[in-house]
Amino acid sequence: MKPKIIVSYLILIVLAAISIYPALWIVMSSFKVGNSLYMESLIPKQVTLEHYRDLFTKTDYPLWFMNTLKIAIMSSLIGTLLVLLTSYAISRFRFTGRKVALSTLLVLQMFPGFMAMIAIYILLLQFNLLNNHWALILVYSSGSILGNVFIAKGYFDTIPRSLDEAARIDGASHWMVFTRIMVPLARPMLTYVSLMIFTGAFVDFIFAELILRTEEQRTLAVGLWRMVSQRQSTEFTLFAAGAVLIAVPITILFMFLQRYLVQGLTAGASKG
Amino acid sequence: MKRQSRTAMWLSILCMGLGQLYNRQKAKGVLFLAIWAGLIYLTATYVSKSLQGLITLGETPTGMVKVGRLYQLVEGDHSIFLMIKGLIGLFVLLLFIGIYVMNVRDAYTNGQRIERGVPTVGIIRGLKSIENNSFPYFVLLLPAISISFLTVMPIVFNILLAFTNYADPVLPPANLVDWVGFKNFSNLVTLSSWSKTFFGVLGWTVVWAILATITTYFGGMLVAVMIEQPGIRFKKFWRMVLIIPFAIPNLVSLLVMRNLFNGQLGPINIFLRNKLGLEGLPWLTDPVWAKITVILVNMWIGIPVSMILISGILTTIPRDLYEAAEVDGASSVQKFRHITLPMVLFSTAPILIMQFAGNINNFNVIFLLTNGDPVNPQYQYAGHTDLLVTWLYKLTLNHQQYNLSAVIGIIIFIIIASISIYNFRKTRSFKEEDMIV
Repeated sequence: MKPKIIVSYLILIVLAAISIYPALWIVMSSFKVGNSLYMESLIPKQVTLEHYRDLFTKTDYPLWFMNTLKIAIMSSLIGTLLVLLTSYAISRFRFTGRKVALSTLLVLQMFPGFMAMIAIYILLLQFNLLNNHWALILVYSSGSILGNVFIAKGYFDTIPRSLDEAARIDGASHWMVFTRIMVPLARPMLTYVSLMIFTGAFVDFIFAELILRTEEQRTLAVGLWRMVSQRQSTEFTLFAAGAVLIAVPITILFMFLQRYLVQGLTAGASKG
Repeated sequence: MKRQSRTAMWLSILCMGLGQLYNRQKAKGVLFLAIWAGLIYLTATYVSKSLQGLITLGETPTGMVKVGRLYQLVEGDHSIFLMIKGLIGLFVLLLFIGIYVMNVRDAYTNGQRIERGVPTVGIIRGLKSIENNSFPYFVLLLPAISISFLTVMPIVFNILLAFTNYADPVLPPANLVDWVGFKNFSNLVTLSSWSKTFFGVLGWTVVWAILATITTYFGGMLVAVMIEQPGIRFKKFWRMVLIIPFAIPNLVSLLVMRNLFNGQLGPINIFLRNKLGLEGLPWLTDPVWAKITVILVNMWIGIPVSMILISGILTTIPRDLYEAAEVDGASSVQKFRHITLPMVLFSTAPILIMQFAGNINNFNVIFLLTNGDPVNPQYQYAGHTDLLVTWLYKLTLNHQQYNLSAVIGIIIFIIIASISIYNFRKTRSFKEEDMIV
């Protein structure tokens, strides 16, 4: 082997270790006896499942989990529908005002994402409507239009127009073309978009922290953040267990979605 | 007969429905006249009142009023409610104008039809043609409603706040909010207590965005090139392992990092102390080290993304370019500099620019890792690592400085918008998008 290759292997091994270490460390911490941050060695001498048990019996973690699941699923359903409708219309039809709609979407994307969120927070605060899950669901699903519409539009652009023209000639209404031909063809894109919205809502911290006020209404993200920022040194291992439980499903989902990632990134680039 | 369309148009500008009646479309004319009456009534009552509220933002403050012999708390105007009502009134007015324009257009086109001797379009046929041609509008109805109420309205509301004195001591319902023009903008730049924070935070935001973008981009490129070398085996395995930081949700990995870099008990400092006999570093508590730490952690999170992206592009570079270079006796450094680098840069430039814009708004890395700390005593409500976005968030949530946070939001928008527009001009993909279809 050439020395260049050997050096490359060494660097790759170091990088791989750096990539894995934090994950490994948090997993090991979650199985460790005691509750402190300090660890003598990476692999604990005694392994325990106590922290996972505590998470479900002594904290509101199960409640937070159900809240988060409810919010993420609802946002994903409503958001995917909105993205589907918007992207289909602007990809397939050349209607008056289409350019305006496109530019509006582009301009809205340039506002800091939570400028709207903060305004909604002030409004809800004034109307005494804070601490409501529906505020989160509506804002996540509506916000998902801006984030995903151009990827979805790009996907519809690749479906040949001859398909819907043929169906139209055969007498299908616009609605039938949409529901019977386009939606089934767009299924891979819809899966991707709905999972993106789901994970986004699942781990969002900014807006949930603004809106949710009481312990029972909290989501996992807010709950986890509170655990670290308030009880840092005393209950670290509990946090570790909570973090592992959130990270595992999302990480697996992302590994599965990896092949879409480059497409998503480049689609994002063409719209800017 | 050339006059028909002109006259109809002028008549319907004067009063909705007259033009239609002139075109001898009785049912339609009467319908439009009825709508006209309704619009006038609503404008005179609801819309004008709400617009007035938007202009004054309330006149009677909440306070004690003497009623008989007792003082009673009388609720005054609530400026924020008035502002929202005013905004809705403005939306309604725009809708009215839309209907009005529709009416004028209808009168004009039907007038033309009469001139050409074609039958006019009645109500029923009009509705049918709407059904045929306006499927996209029908589809877009729901998204449009949700975007206008949950994105556009809030943003407009937030922009309006930038021109008021809605901040900590002046809070409704106890106080009335007033318009102050551009005073907040000038305060931010000229009042030394605010301007010091603003320029300090802005400077760090720009430095952060540049460093964060460059380190992740070139780091990712180096890793990608290293993996794609002909001699390296198990390419898929390396890519799989190195993508892990990206797959773990940001929220979790950042909170984990926060503990990993903990000054007293974090494993990194323990390692430095026990194994290397060093002092251990103030990773998150020293201003300079905190900045270095956020950049390092951001590399850990960001390099995998650039790596996959650039790996994808590397495979599209034609092999024969490298073969030709080898025949000419180019070294691997030369091949990288003159083939790989320009090819990759060329195809990822727009993404690079947008990553830069994204880093200006990179809330999560800063807020979850350092929370903007260590606190800078010379700043107003900000720490050494605070970006404009995290400062904006703190100003709203913890200090109720709504007007200043709105000003900062507008400034961020201007920065991001100029970068994005520059990007569109360069890539021109927006203009050419119709060519794909």
